[in-house]
Amino acid sequence: MRKLTFAQALNEALRQEMRRDPTIYVAGEDVGKYGGIFGVTAGLLEEFGEERVRDTPITESAIIGSAVGAAAAGLRPVVEIMFIDFIGVALDQLFNQAAKMKYMFGGKAKLPIVVRTTCGAGMCAAAQHSQSLEAWFMHIPGLKVVAPSTPYDAKGLLISSIRDDNPVFFIEHKMLYGLEGDVPEEPYTIPLGVADIKREGKDVTVVATMAMVHKALEAADELAKEGIEVEVVDPRTLSPLDKETIINSVKKTHRLVVVHEAVKQAGPGAEIAAMVAEEAFDYLDAPIKRVAAPFTPVPFSPVLESAYIPSKDNIISAVREVLGK
Amino acid sequence: MPVEREKLVELYRTMLKIRLFEERVAEIYWEGKSPVFNIAADPIPGEMHLYIGEEAVATGVCAHLRPDDMVAGTHRSHGHYIAKGGDLKKLMAELFGKKTGLCQGKGGHMHLFDAGLHFGCGGIIGAGIPHAVGAALAFKMQGKDNVAVSFIGDGAANIGAFHESLNLAAIWKLPVVIVVEDNLYAISVPKSKSTAVKSNAERAAAYGIPGVLVDGMDVMAVYEAAGEAIARARRGEGPSLIECLCYRYRGHFEGDPQLYKPEGEEEEWRKKDPIPNFRAKLIREGILTEEEANKIQEEVAALVAEAEKFARESPWPEPEEALKHVFL
Ligand SMILES: Cc1ncc(C[n+]2csc(CCOP(=O)(O)OP(=O)(O)O)c2C)c(N)n1
Repeated sequence: MRKLTFAQALNEALRQEMRRDPTIYVAGEDVGKYGGIFGVTAGLLEEFGEERVRDTPITESAIIGSAVGAAAAGLRPVVEIMFIDFIGVALDQLFNQAAKMKYMFGGKAKLPIVVRTTCGAGMCAAAQHSQSLEAWFMHIPGLKVVAPSTPYDAKGLLISSIRDDNPVFFIEHKMLYGLEGDVPEEPYTIPLGVADIKREGKDVTVVATMAMVHKALEAADELAKEGIEVEVVDPRTLSPLDKETIINSVKKTHRLVVVHEAVKQAGPGAEIAAMVAEEAFDYLDAPIKRVAAPFTPVPFSPVLESAYIPSKDNIISAVREVLGK
Repeated sequence: MPVEREKLVELYRTMLKIRLFEERVAEIYWEGKSPVFNIAADPIPGEMHLYIGEEAVATGVCAHLRPDDMVAGTHRSHGHYIAKGGDLKKLMAELFGKKTGLCQGKGGHMHLFDAGLHFGCGGIIGAGIPHAVGAALAFKMQGKDNVAVSFIGDGAANIGAFHESLNLAAIWKLPVVIVVEDNLYAISVPKSKSTAVKSNAERAAAYGIPGVLVDGMDVMAVYEAAGEAIARARRGEGPSLIECLCYRYRGHFEGDPQLYKPEGEEEEWRKKDPIPNFRAKLIREGILTEEEANKIQEEVAALVAEAEKFARESPWPEPEEALKHVFL
């Protein structure tokens, strides 16, 4: 199969959906001529014109708020917030408006909005351009939260998100943009709320998200040499969370390690661990472990940043610990 | 009022300091980043937004400020910090991510802070404007005659914080000056596509405060406009807005291909380069001789070299430092 980068896969999803459905428009800072600062919207302006590919001023609150109005009036906005860190200036429009309207209005408002954004450390971009804030959005009923880890998933999940009638918060880890992988040419969907088993194993379940999926897979490769078989589960959608796949995996392996780049305190791992403790406690042979960033903002200096980001070795140690080895 | 010789020379020296510091940063930045671009590579990791071309703005404004006046910068703030009297060594060390940097390597080039100089800046567009308003509130409540200055780009004038802050500063009559650096672009988006009024100075009218548009490539024009606004603020007469028309010669960040700039645009603006033009003016008017001007250039270059040496020789922070300062 043809290989595309994660960024190209997202670009193809946008392009194919925009061709199919003229009600879709794209808006955000530098999404036009520049093609998005990470290249995800490259070439869309040339193909679809300024009416459907809109460069905006620096105006996050209005970017999301206008998407709410446009969606309610019959369009399907796909808007970009350049870095997840900037969402703070637009939270009301996301939390109180986009996420709540369907519910408050008795299920009558249809809000097919996709808010695409980027997260993650690794670029020495420091505390205001590197955060992993996915847990915040998982806490909001009414908002779907999607977090792909591969080019294949990125394309299929973005197409599903665009076709979904709910607001979807779509998070792209910036260190994944250059990652290559197999991506079919034709449009395809991956249902939201369905996890993927990225590697099968019987000894321990590692639930990992976004960039951490790849570190978990590397850790699994290394542990396989010692005969430890790690099952790597990628939720792909963080809200709604695919409880069934995670719990079934734990029922099989009896051990759980959760890995994410967000800080540990009240991070996505807290939800996953609590859910397993509530619903599958009797299947556990060891306490659950979480591998996550320490409770600090993301530091700038490369020495400090690499101390912040969870490593493959952190995952290996956690696996050994739950196995008692 | 005529400006004293000393002040004119200081303006020249400050602009040159910003220019030479950043030209050196631009060179060092690429050291670790070719042939394959890796943004996190040493010696200067991360993004890099340079101010080259805009020096007259920070210089003309900060020339009126005392160390205890407050400046809120932006993501492009080396120039603001240097003009405020900042420490080149600690600044350079911060860009390198070293322990000896302004923020011990925690912040990097977008998050500079110097308590002694009442200087701070950050990476979220528009976030500094209300901070300056708050500092101005403090000065007023403390009965001081200090002022706070917020530098922002033309792009930032479209964010809610700008409008909310101007309104608050106006109703509370606070000693704050908002300086909009209109360098024509917000990353790739030209001002003509993000702001429907011709000049942000016009927006001042909406808040009932004075707004002026000045030539941001002319340090004396900026110096005069800022002098008036700052004096007005010190007298307790409230906030002002100044828009400075200027140009960034480099990309939004280092590595930006700048395909959005029309051909020939930069050449036109190069003719207005604030630094050689001001140097020529000072020589023409007999304020400086060629030799004196060259000597200033050498002195400034030596300071920059010293800052670089300091940064290169400084140690990295210890990894455990990452966990410190979350709470005090
Ligand atoms: C709230 C927020 N939105 C978007 C960005 C991304 N961003 C960083 S700089 C920039 C352009 C800023 O333009 P302007 O204010 O004109 O300043 P300039 O870069 O031209 O100095 C953008 C969009 C950000 N840092 N913060």
